[in-house]
Amino acid sequence: MKQEDFDLLSTLVRQRSGLVLTPEKAYLLESRLFPVARKHNMKSLEDLAQALRARRDETLMFDITEAMTTNESFFFRDQKPFTLFQKTILPQMLAARAAKKHLRIWSAAASSGQEAYSLAMVCAEEAAKLQGWKIDIIGTDLSREMVNRAKAGIYSQFEVQRGLPVTYLVKYFTQIAGDKWQIKDNIRQMVQYREANLLADFGPIGSFDIVYCRNVLIYFDLPTKGKVLNAIGNIMTPDGFLLLGGAETVLGVCDRFKPMPGEHGLYCLSAAYPQGVKAVG
Amino acid sequence: MKTCLIVDDSRVIRKVARQIFESIGYACTEAEDGKVALDACKTVLPQFVLLDWNMPVMNGLEFLRALRQLPGGDKPSVVFCTTENDLNHIQEALGAGANEYIMKPFDADIIRGKLEQLGLLD
Ligand SMILES: C[S@@+](CC[C@H](N)C(=O)[O-])C[C@H]1O[C@@H](n2cnc3c(N)ncnc32)[C@H](O)[C@@H]1O
Repeated sequence: MKQEDFDLLSTLVRQRSGLVLTPEKAYLLESRLFPVARKHNMKSLEDLAQALRARRDETLMFDITEAMTTNESFFFRDQKPFTLFQKTILPQMLAARAAKKHLRIWSAAASSGQEAYSLAMVCAEEAAKLQGWKIDIIGTDLSREMVNRAKAGIYSQFEVQRGLPVTYLVKYFTQIAGDKWQIKDNIRQMVQYREANLLADFGPIGSFDIVYCRNVLIYFDLPTKGKVLNAIGNIMTPDGFLLLGGAETVLGVCDRFKPMPGEHGLYCLSAAYPQGVKAVG
Repeated sequence: MKTCLIVDDSRVIRKVARQIFESIGYACTEAEDGKVALDACKTVLPQFVLLDWNMPVMNGLEFLRALRQLPGGDKPSVVFCTTENDLNHIQEALGAGANEYIMKPFDADIIRGKLEQLGLLD
């Protein structure tokens, strides 16, 4: 690929999604953008770059950005963040919101929906404690294709075996074909998915008590990580919780958050919880 | 060392599974049907059993029911690993005392994930 084409395409992707592509990742651009070129009736990445220089085609730019996202996800990814949700965060929030009986949870890079549905399944497990509560779970992602997949809630046999206990498969999924499983309506209805870009103004999304923003900041450069974390800080309740992925941190990135001692991947706003929180039960 | 009994009538599958389990620090024994596996369990109980369903002589389900009757036979974690991929089979397996269920084809990630859920990975 020509240097100027790489520069054009990688700059576009970085501006639109935050994804940093170093020159060693040129092969990734080529393999992922070739199908986009084909879809738009072009023969090569050179043509693609040429078309962008000629005209800022919104659909084309969207397709390029979407094609460059990495969407891998699985149910109960890393387990710990979900045990933490069930044993620590939820009990703490149930006490803190006892008067309002309303909780809002955001899966901020939801991909094909596994993270948000995992949280919904935990809520279903805890249904007895959530009697009379309103729990909003919102899943957002930049990728339209992923948002549509998440809404459909249909997963391959391979996907339902990664991280998902078989008892949950039996309880919360319907087998719709030999190797396709769909999340049951009662769980599906607990989650709303929509398209949203973490780099853009979040708009009237409301405030959240719990934010899962996992395995997406790793793709961004430092200033972008800081900007996104800051924006998340703006829409969180003062006593809210933030969960990041295993390779992500707020340290040295954004001082609005501090890690919760002893709980890897769990953060709160810097002013909150001088004493820390304790696991219940 | 943690011990694993791999029960499958396919030598190829046993070999693949063995490699995965050995890579995560298990000592493995193999059995080509439920009967051989049950005899092995009467001598010494493994901590973990990876269990095929359809096998000659004695199938996986029969083995599991017999295992759970043995003294201490409730201890081993048993994970089915079979091409049977419908809800009825899964429910029957869980009803007979299986701890987890893998639908073939499987890979190292799936096995590791299931072990992690069962608290058998460190
Ligand atoms: C690796 S997945 C993580 C999915 C899930 N959170 C998990 O941990 O399993 C990353 C997701 O982030 C999305 N993404 C990347 N950049 C984004 C942005 N700027 N705004 C919103 N979503 C973005 C991608 O489309 C992709 O689905």
